[in-house]
Amino acid sequence: MSATTSSEARLDQAWAQLRQARRTALIPYLTAGHPSRPASLEALKRAAEHADILEVGVAFSDPLADGPTIQRSTFEALAGGMSLPRTLELIAEARLDKPVVVFSYLNPVRRYGVARFLADAAAVGASGLLLTDLPAGNDPAIEDAVRQSPLSLIRLVAPTTTGARLAEVVAGAQGFLYLVARLGVTGASATLAEGLEGYLARVRAASPLPRAVGFGISTPAQARQVAHLAEGVVVGSALVDCLATAGPKAAGVFLGSLRAALDTADRERHG
Amino acid sequence: MALSLPRERAVAGRFGEYGGRYVPETLMAALEELATLYDGVRTDPAFWAEYELLLKEFVGRPSILTRAERLGEAVGTTVWLKREDLNHTGAHKINNTIGQALLARRMGKTRIIAETGAGQHGVATATICARFGLECVVYMGAEDVERQALNVYRMRLLGATVVPVTSGTRTLKDATNEALRDWVTNVLTTHYIIGSVVGPDPYPRMVRDFQAVIGQEAREQMLAQHGRLPTTVVACVGGGSNAIGMFAGFLDDAEVELVGVEAAGEGIATGHHSATLSAGAPGVLHGCLSYLLQDEDGQVLPAHSVSAGLDYPGVGPEHSWLRDTGRVTYEAVTDAEALAGFQSLCRLEGIIPALETAHALAWVEKQAGRWRASDAVLVCLSGRGDKDVAHVARLLGTPA
Repeated sequence: MSATTSSEARLDQAWAQLRQARRTALIPYLTAGHPSRPASLEALKRAAEHADILEVGVAFSDPLADGPTIQRSTFEALAGGMSLPRTLELIAEARLDKPVVVFSYLNPVRRYGVARFLADAAAVGASGLLLTDLPAGNDPAIEDAVRQSPLSLIRLVAPTTTGARLAEVVAGAQGFLYLVARLGVTGASATLAEGLEGYLARVRAASPLPRAVGFGISTPAQARQVAHLAEGVVVGSALVDCLATAGPKAAGVFLGSLRAALDTADRERHG
Repeated sequence: MALSLPRERAVAGRFGEYGGRYVPETLMAALEELATLYDGVRTDPAFWAEYELLLKEFVGRPSILTRAERLGEAVGTTVWLKREDLNHTGAHKINNTIGQALLARRMGKTRIIAETGAGQHGVATATICARFGLECVVYMGAEDVERQALNVYRMRLLGATVVPVTSGTRTLKDATNEALRDWVTNVLTTHYIIGSVVGPDPYPRMVRDFQAVIGQEAREQMLAQHGRLPTTVVACVGGGSNAIGMFAGFLDDAEVELVGVEAAGEGIATGHHSATLSAGAPGVLHGCLSYLLQDEDGQVLPAHSVSAGLDYPGVGPEHSWLRDTGRVTYEAVTDAEALAGFQSLCRLEGIIPALETAHALAWVEKQAGRWRASDAVLVCLSGRGDKDVAHVARLLGTPA
């Protein structure tokens, strides 16, 4: 394999390897600085042992797309002094050997300066950026800046994203698509959303990009189910909850159980 | 009087750089549906005929224009009050909720959600939902639930479910977050009636249009009762809906000075205030780019005001644009000054104003001597103060 220098290529390269290995991606989400800076650092390292790609959340005072678990984690991180620059420091210090996607609301990034953020995030090794409250087409200047940076512009797709809107969303997306599994905020859920299969097929028909499914996936059984339908599984709230109640080591064990479930699904699919 | 809508100053959902749709992807379809519907409605006479009939028969419009004789003497000029406090439910908020409930009906949505600070928008939403037979859920910060117990009870009497919000600062900002979370979850059946000229496009221009009746009536009444346009028009600004509705009637009258009055709380220097346009910087909150109270890291700062209705760290994007263009001047008065303005209007004019409105009145009083006797100042008396009486009594003690 040829050596690559750009971190965007790194994310694409990770998906290419996954495809070749017929492996469903496990993509854990963690809020930077939660439950404390040292515990967060340890959790990131443990998560990287099981993850194919890592999502690192930037704490924000008004997490309006998040359910109670992630809300709590962001408020605790902020109370512990976490900020956008400190999140970048944490990522640098963790020296993660997996691609990192920074997950943020727009305002901290905007305040830091979009160009400055893109340069600094690339410098600490981040490979992608997902802005929760920047839907496709709303602010082309910011989206173009991300696309032209070493970071991939990761976009969200929702069950309500259909027709012309879906075409617009996938057109400028990079890296992979993050599919919001159901209507609602982030949070663990006892059952998978209805109609998930049709929704995933619709997105596949619109774009060749890998599809990672998130929102509501909390058990190995659910992860295994999704692995039969999509290329990646995101686990956020359930992991954050495990970290908060049982610590980094337990969070690692939990991710191990999800990885095992995905491996089972991958064997089921490919023999 | 035939309603005429203000000239649209937004281009592609933005006032200059301000506005936009900064929301989770899940809401984009609903915002596009709403914008498409509203763009059609804007030129549909049947819609506005129904809206106007409700304003007349249900709200009691047009609201009157009152000459404030004794306040005028104290200030040294003629002062006119646009009496939105006399509307059904006691504030200007009902103008907007009627318009949006009509839109919800056109979209076939049967469930309504709203956020509220002082409770006036919550009451106005609960009221029109009762009248239209729509399910109504109102999110209200837990701190405001305490401060505005009377309005909470009114909403419940009207059949609404009031949900106290305990996250974050437990005020309007967090109630809005929670309403948005509800909307993301129930977007297929639910219309979100935002109470001010904030939020993602098309809300800022839609809510402005539904409040523009204030300025249109006031302008015609000034010409009829005073014989000419006012020198200065003054309104309080939290999110800024009464102000934008009032200003909409006068933006094209270049000779009319427009002043928005924000809440300086305990003083801007203390950091405990809600003076977004005076002390904030552009940022993104609740779906729009506008001035915002925020720290160096882009975290939203808690707002403070004695009045729950102004206790908001953001402001409507059109205000941000009007500030930058210089067409409107934004000032701020403190909690103490607002309380003094509140008492003045009670004693000088026999009108108990809302604490929000008292900020506009206090600014006018502070400017005594600024105007000539032949000038005229028009103040938007955006709401009545019955809801604040218990709160003021706690702050000031019982008047002797």
